[in-house]
Amino acid sequence: MKFEEIISKLPYLKPFLFVDEIIHIDENGVEGIFTFDENLEFYKGHFKDNPVTPGVILTETMAQIGLVCLGIFLLDTTYKNETVIALTSNEIEFLKPVFPTEKVTVVSEKMYFRFGKLKCKVLMKNQKGEVVCSGTIAGMIV
Amino acid sequence: MIQKQEIIEQLKEIIKPYVNDKLALNSLTETTDFINDLKINSANLVDVVLDIEEKYNIVIDNESMERMVNVQAAIEIIETKVGEKN
Repeated sequence: MKFEEIISKLPYLKPFLFVDEIIHIDENGVEGIFTFDENLEFYKGHFKDNPVTPGVILTETMAQIGLVCLGIFLLDTTYKNETVIALTSNEIEFLKPVFPTEKVTVVSEKMYFRFGKLKCKVLMKNQKGEVVCSGTIAGMIV
Repeated sequence: MIQKQEIIEQLKEIIKPYVNDKLALNSLTETTDFINDLKINSANLVDVVLDIEEKYNIVIDNESMERMVNVQAAIEIIETKVGEKN
């Protein structure tokens, strides 16, 4: 499956699409990038006069690239428009802040994909190559 | 052949990390239902099954996974799969 095809199959739209590009994907993992546009709505309130990307948005970005893109690739033709997916658990540590206009790279490594559940080790790096957050995320077809 | 009671005790240990209600876990019997009685969600049930695979060195197929709703079914599946191995 082509990278563009995977992105077009994602069940998200702006302003809640956090995948710009997939750099690499295979059955064991995925790598993708996203740039945080400074005009994203949440920066107006997180925080007052001090825009920082919320941890939940970093988690969401890791899940969309690291889990959903990989899941669509792994499911291949069994993934349909009506397929419903859900985040089931995550455990993330946050190490550095991510500010507006920063471009991040998400690297995800499959731990297992069994009985419709995909669990991955995921990390996010900034442009300096520093790890900004990392952990495990799991989701499944419901 | 592993004894049924032994499997139940081993299952308790496997399930423990996924159950918040310790009282329900302590009163676990063959008829205990994973989802309704122990409130294990379907995502954690996958982890329970993977832990069972590791503990008994068996592979659980999709069909067995679908049957794995309570302790009794789990015991039957474990006994069958362990039996096939020998």
